[in-house]
Amino acid sequence: MTDLTLAPNIAGPDDFYAELLAAHEGLTKAESDALNARLILILANHVGDREALRRALAAARHPGTDEA
Amino acid sequence: MTKIFEMPLYPYTRTADQDAAAPVRHTAMIVGAGPVGLAAAIDLAEQGVPVVVLDDNDRVSFGSRAICFAKRQLEILDRLGCGQPMVDKGVVWNLGKVFFGDRRVYDFNLLPEEGHHRPAFINLQQYHLEDRLVARVRDLQRQGAEIELRGGNRVQAVDDLGDRVRLGIDTPEGPYTVETDWLIACDGAGSPIRSMLDLDFVGRVFEDNFLIADVVMEAEFPTERWFWFDPPFNPGQSALLHKQPDGVWRIDLQLGWDIDKEEEKTPERVIPRLRQMLGDEVAFELEWVSIYTFQCRRMERFRHNRVIFAGDSAHQVSPFGARGANSGIQDADNLAWKLGLVIQGRAPEGLLDSYDAERIAAADENILNSTRSTDFITPKSEISRLFRDAVLDLSEHYDFARPLVNSGRLSLPSVYDGSPLNADDALEGGPARTRPGAPCPDAPAGEGYLLDRLGGAFTILTLDAEAPERVSEAGIDAARVALSAGDDPTGALAERYLGAARSAIYLIRPDQHVAGRWPAYDEARIRAAIRRATGQE
Ligand SMILES: Cc1cc2nc3c(=O)[nH]c(=O)nc-3n(C[C@H](O)[C@H](O)[C@H](O)COP(=O)(O)OP(=O)(O)OC[C@H]3O[C@@H](n4cnc5c(N)ncnc54)[C@H](O)[C@@H]3O)c2cc1C
Repeated sequence: MTDLTLAPNIAGPDDFYAELLAAHEGLTKAESDALNARLILILANHVGDREALRRALAAARHPGTDEA
Repeated sequence: MTKIFEMPLYPYTRTADQDAAAPVRHTAMIVGAGPVGLAAAIDLAEQGVPVVVLDDNDRVSFGSRAICFAKRQLEILDRLGCGQPMVDKGVVWNLGKVFFGDRRVYDFNLLPEEGHHRPAFINLQQYHLEDRLVARVRDLQRQGAEIELRGGNRVQAVDDLGDRVRLGIDTPEGPYTVETDWLIACDGAGSPIRSMLDLDFVGRVFEDNFLIADVVMEAEFPTERWFWFDPPFNPGQSALLHKQPDGVWRIDLQLGWDIDKEEEKTPERVIPRLRQMLGDEVAFELEWVSIYTFQCRRMERFRHNRVIFAGDSAHQVSPFGARGANSGIQDADNLAWKLGLVIQGRAPEGLLDSYDAERIAAADENILNSTRSTDFITPKSEISRLFRDAVLDLSEHYDFARPLVNSGRLSLPSVYDGSPLNADDALEGGPARTRPGAPCPDAPAGEGYLLDRLGGAFTILTLDAEAPERVSEAGIDAARVALSAGDDPTGALAERYLGAARSAIYLIRPDQHVAGRWPAYDEARIRAAIRRATGQE
């Protein structure tokens, strides 16, 4: 069974969060949506593991339930 | 020049059935001389089963229709004795380009797996395929096979009489009645037989219209598949350019659902669109234009007592992935040996239910695949368009996104996992691709190829294992084909059939699907597997 990491795993959380927002700066809503979609695809490919992805989808869709 | 699809190939002639006092009773009749009906008829005739094919027309399919025939179908045609002429005529291609909007986002090379006799697929107009199938029927007739092709015979009534089927047939010289033990309905998507029996065609999933144009071009376009998402000349839709033999190019333009079909088909509408697509400098001539409407759906069951549906009459898919004619030919491949054994009294009627089990699963797989392609090509919601466009944008720069691009997945044969005909998989370390239910992948074997050695009967394939030369069980004869890993210096044979195992015995069905496999010959288990694979367990 592949675990989905839901414990803190990013060093420098505030910096990362700022970078995430910065990436969207100056974009229209449509451009931001497109960026998000590209980002999801890039990250999903990086994870690769289908079981981890399935859990991530479940955790995003129903936060707090056991499925993840 | 008269086009091949305008020439009568099997014109109506009067038969003795029309003058008989009482309805003549046949063994097997097939309605429809399309690719599926012809393939089924040839298969039955090769088994020595007399067969009559009825078609209301007398010529090959009008226009090119299906153009892409996959390897498995070519292998089936090889078994039916007419693969080579198809491959000789067809166009082999491996290169493609993908466009998004006005950009060319990437090129690809399919790099097909080595060690197969046949290419991954060929492009060939459906009328050429049918023409060669008819030629094969004529060959068989010359060799004395009881296979008859009746043009100008329109079936207009069908009655299930329990132990036989009665058909009312109309001809240019008036109607007549016949009876048949078995009827295969290969009468196409609009199947009149289906309607006459009042049977459902359920699961309409998707509706769209495609403008299909065959153009003859003077310019030397490369032999590649070009696919456009949302091109400037067809905004919001898709387009496909594909090469066929004889300098003919297939152009598919997706039109959407809400259109005026008659209007879209006129040269005034078509030619400017094509000009925009091909560029002003390219000279072309329109050979054939049609609007193709499809739904994704299938019958709930394909077998209805003695009437059995195959091909488009049983299921319809979107054209993405060329699954229409391809899957229909596999239906015929699956059905013919079973029906042959039942007719010859060598297997119980119940064997035919496995046709339902296996081919309904295959139809569902095809519908799933073509629905997924359709969802990618025509996103149904804002969010699905967002992801689709993101995939295409990324595909321009990153390899990882390219496998996500779905402009139609090549038709691959289904593995009949869970089929009632399968024996347990007893070959430890055996490759997954040759597990019970799988179609045998080809591989080099000695001077030739494995599939050419398997033929169309039950076979015991041994790899570095001993077995009797022949096993006869419950009316079935299975002959041995003995091979060794060393028969293929490239290693493909061992990789595909042995995997981590040192030796293997395969029981292979007449349609070249694996029925069971073992590390060594075990008389009792092989016999049980033969009974199981013929519905006698
Ligand atoms: C315009 C068009 C374009 C297509 N393009 C593609 C494509 O690009 N790719 C793809 O994979 N597939 C395509 N298809 C689908 C493909 O052609 C079919 O999947 C394939 O022909 C199915 O073969 P079949 O033998 O089941 O039926 P068909 O080829 O339809 O044959 C049915 C036969 O039954 C006969 N018949 C019907 N009713 C009666 C009756 N009452 N009595 C006697 N005979 C009867 C007809 O005359 C016909 O010959 C296209 C279809 C059409 C119509």
